[in-house]
Amino acid sequence: MAITEADRPILELPVGERTVRQPLGVFTRPTATTGWRSWLSTIDHKKIGILYGATSLFFFFIGGMEALLIRAQLAQPDGQVLSAEAYNQAFTMHGTTMVFLVVMPLAAAFANYLIPLQIGARDVAFPRLNALSYWTFLFGGIVLNSSWFLGGAPDNGWFNYAPNSGLSYSPGHGIDFWNMGLLIAGIASLVGAINLITTCLNMRAPGMTLMRMPVFTWMSLVTQFLLLFAIPVLTVAQFLLMFDRLFGANFFNVEAGADPLLWQHLFWIFGHPEVYIMILPAFGIISEILPVFSRKPIFGYPFMVFSGIAIGFMGWGVWAHHMFVSGIGPVSVAAFSLSTMFIAVPTGVKIFNWVGTLWGGKLKLTVPMAFAIALVAQFTIGGVSGVSHAVSPSDTQQTDTYYIVAHFHYVLFGGALFGMVGGLYFWWPKIFGHHLRERLGWWHFWLMVLGFNLTFFPMHILGLQGMPRRTASYNADMGWDVWNAVSTVGSFLIGVSFLFFAYNILTSRKNPKAVADPWDGRSLEWATTSPPPVHNFDEIPTVSHLDEWWHRKYQEDDNHKLVRVENVALFASEAGPDEPVHLPSPSYWPFVLSLGLPFIAWGLLYSYWLAAFGGVLVLAAIYGWSLEPSVDPAGAHHDDDHHVGPQGEPVAVSADAAPDAGAAAEEITE
Amino acid sequence: MSHTETHAEHIDEEHDHPSDLKYVKIAIVLAAITAAEVVTFYVEDELGALLAPILIVMMIVKFGIVAAEFMHLRYDSNLLTRVFVAGIVLAVGVYIAAMTTFHYFSS
Amino acid sequence: MTTSTTTEHVGAAHPTTAPGHVTSTGLSNEKLSMWLFLGSECLLFGGLISTFLLYRNVDVELAVGDLYDIPFTSVSSFVLLMSSLTMVLAVSAIKRGNGRQTRTWLLTTALLGASFVAGQVYEFTVFYREGLGYTTNVQSSAFYTLTGFHGVHVSIGIIMLLSMFVLSLKGRIGPERHEALEIVGLYWHFVDVVWIVIFTIVYLIR
Repeated sequence: MAITEADRPILELPVGERTVRQPLGVFTRPTATTGWRSWLSTIDHKKIGILYGATSLFFFFIGGMEALLIRAQLAQPDGQVLSAEAYNQAFTMHGTTMVFLVVMPLAAAFANYLIPLQIGARDVAFPRLNALSYWTFLFGGIVLNSSWFLGGAPDNGWFNYAPNSGLSYSPGHGIDFWNMGLLIAGIASLVGAINLITTCLNMRAPGMTLMRMPVFTWMSLVTQFLLLFAIPVLTVAQFLLMFDRLFGANFFNVEAGADPLLWQHLFWIFGHPEVYIMILPAFGIISEILPVFSRKPIFGYPFMVFSGIAIGFMGWGVWAHHMFVSGIGPVSVAAFSLSTMFIAVPTGVKIFNWVGTLWGGKLKLTVPMAFAIALVAQFTIGGVSGVSHAVSPSDTQQTDTYYIVAHFHYVLFGGALFGMVGGLYFWWPKIFGHHLRERLGWWHFWLMVLGFNLTFFPMHILGLQGMPRRTASYNADMGWDVWNAVSTVGSFLIGVSFLFFAYNILTSRKNPKAVADPWDGRSLEWATTSPPPVHNFDEIPTVSHLDEWWHRKYQEDDNHKLVRVENVALFASEAGPDEPVHLPSPSYWPFVLSLGLPFIAWGLLYSYWLAAFGGVLVLAAIYGWSLEPSVDPAGAHHDDDHHVGPQGEPVAVSADAAPDAGAAAEEITE
Repeated sequence: MSHTETHAEHIDEEHDHPSDLKYVKIAIVLAAITAAEVVTFYVEDELGALLAPILIVMMIVKFGIVAAEFMHLRYDSNLLTRVFVAGIVLAVGVYIAAMTTFHYFSS
Repeated sequence: MTTSTTTEHVGAAHPTTAPGHVTSTGLSNEKLSMWLFLGSECLLFGGLISTFLLYRNVDVELAVGDLYDIPFTSVSSFVLLMSSLTMVLAVSAIKRGNGRQTRTWLLTTALLGASFVAGQVYEFTVFYREGLGYTTNVQSSAFYTLTGFHGVHVSIGIIMLLSMFVLSLKGRIGPERHEALEIVGLYWHFVDVVWIVIFTIVYLIR
């Protein structure tokens, strides 16, 4: 469709003149493809995925330090490492950081990087919105952590119950930083959910029906729906708290007749889907790793998909199992106890399917495979303790003890984090073009398994012995010394294991280049170069199978034996695409918009002028963004740097090249 | 013309799409229901326990008409209806369950 | 969101739905994403409404229900409802390529919305003078927060309508961009629908 008068940016000069690329006369449209500016203005899902991943790992380091402080304090009875006040901040920030700033964004990193590749698309539905998600996440994390420098971190636990979170019990700003930091980060999740759902539903390659999508994409899709509906509930709770603290509202003012349980309900209605938000992507990751290193398709693909969907649905009906002792009464307790028992079923289905995938396979034990298998084993242990929590009488003893701490660390660390680290080893060659070293990886793996289990298994025992959560120290005569000491040793072992990981990352850059498909993979991301070209695929493939790439490489002969097909071409090559591919253009506006948000947050606490400044930034960015075409028309007419070759380098194109008719798209009927 | 419809779908859309006059008629119906709602305010005592159910039914009907006609759900893909209904059903379900634990519905 | 004729599109889908590009569902990205957003908003308003309902049962000295002026609020509700009509008429007009009518209906919708907001502001002022402030009791906090959130949503809608008005004036949105207006319309109707629920549950059922 020709660019008409109406479509040009407002300030663009008339036809025939050299286009001035200055939307609103403020910024020139960014064009950098390398350097720090390119990262600031990128809208490429792969770069955004890398940003998410790097930032998560940075916050993992911070959260890990907080954990080590906790363990140092608890190594011995009557620990003197941290005061009680400092201890409360340490465990609050550890939990909040790990949940919101590590596991969730790591999942987002994988989803962002892989989904377009796995469904055969060139990018997500809304690339600039994707960038906004990342920057908003970053600034949310910054606001949360700015609390350390501005009077103290939040200290009321990651779940921040009322009325403790109110002004009378928490007069400092710590809670406000928790609230605002997470409100900002919540925007990232909500916006990301809308983007990725639209991408999965709308941008699949021809022939890729929903039931031909890789399991990772499916699990991510369910996760995004969970985020879409769960984040607003947390948002409500956070606004109510904010209005109480900033404007004197009465939502959690017990004297005025408010009910603190309102916070608990709102929080856990979000909070329970949240744990599935954290685990489903890891389930998806290992559902990719296990088949590849078993040289077998995932066992029971439809069951994997439907159990993921079932978990998504059922996860909404169990939240009050976090509230069994809060006084909701026996009828409610019984109802939620029952529903919680049911939810073990779809997860159990997955465990069986993973085992079924391994069974009879030609197993190759690589580092990513090890992490994946560790998830299966460790998550099962966490699941078993979870079943005991579902039984409300036993939970009545277990709740608020270290037994719970053991449970959720087994599923979230032993499960989600192990899966995600495995994913890093698995996809590292694809993303960066070189492998991480196996030997260092094995050191990382074994130290991490040892350290993790040493840290958290004893906590089952400590919990059953009655050691309460969230207490800064314990007496010498409680009999908890030994296991606490063991746990602390384990935690430092975990730290050491990650030193191996860091060393591996830092020294692997000079490794030989990785090939496109080093693991003999099954899904489409392995069908392009390592790293992929900026446009992902030279030509979008037409899909006719689940595990499409595998089926291109292997055919079955008459005896149903797999025969490798000769000379299967990758879907991207050095030569680049036959006809230039037009990509969406980079933009500063997502960064500018996100930048306004922390100023609003700090402004609400310190000075309304600061908040107004932030508001102006946000408003200006919204208008700048809306009025900026997603594809720079100046690029199409005059500049060729949006026509790209395989390395992202500019490729000259004559202005009157024949437009591509577009690959024939199969009708995809759902 | 919507960017992503095929030509055939475009024709269908033209035929199924309400005309301006139909929209006005729909608005009149909505106004009438609103008027009926206001009337209940004046006869509250006579209605007694029926007040809430009657009002809720009228609310649902108005909601449905605006969603189906003004928001065009009736003429659009099922997927959009399912997405919106999912949000509504989840919200209603989850919040009613929460309120039940607060014994809101029992005296 | 348009691209030039020299644009090459290899493959099934372009990141933003440019003309001629088929999406897997046949729906445009923008429309699908607005509906997803509206689905999530149900959870937001549901939470605020539930909070209000819970706190309405608390015994307070000055209940918001004692201060209602139902006839006045009914008129406000009617005004917002009619703004949905003018909104669909605006969308209808832009499809027919009638810029002037589009702008007339857009402006009318914005004005009706603004009247609604003005009515809310007036209502709140009256309540405040009667002694029901934001911090007075649990009920009042919940009431003002719920209706306030709704009012902010309406106001954002008005800003979007006026922005579309200006863009239409500058010739930036013609019939081929009607979907952008349709999507603003979806948001506007949703805000109306939320009020339908609030009017019934908060005002009429007491």
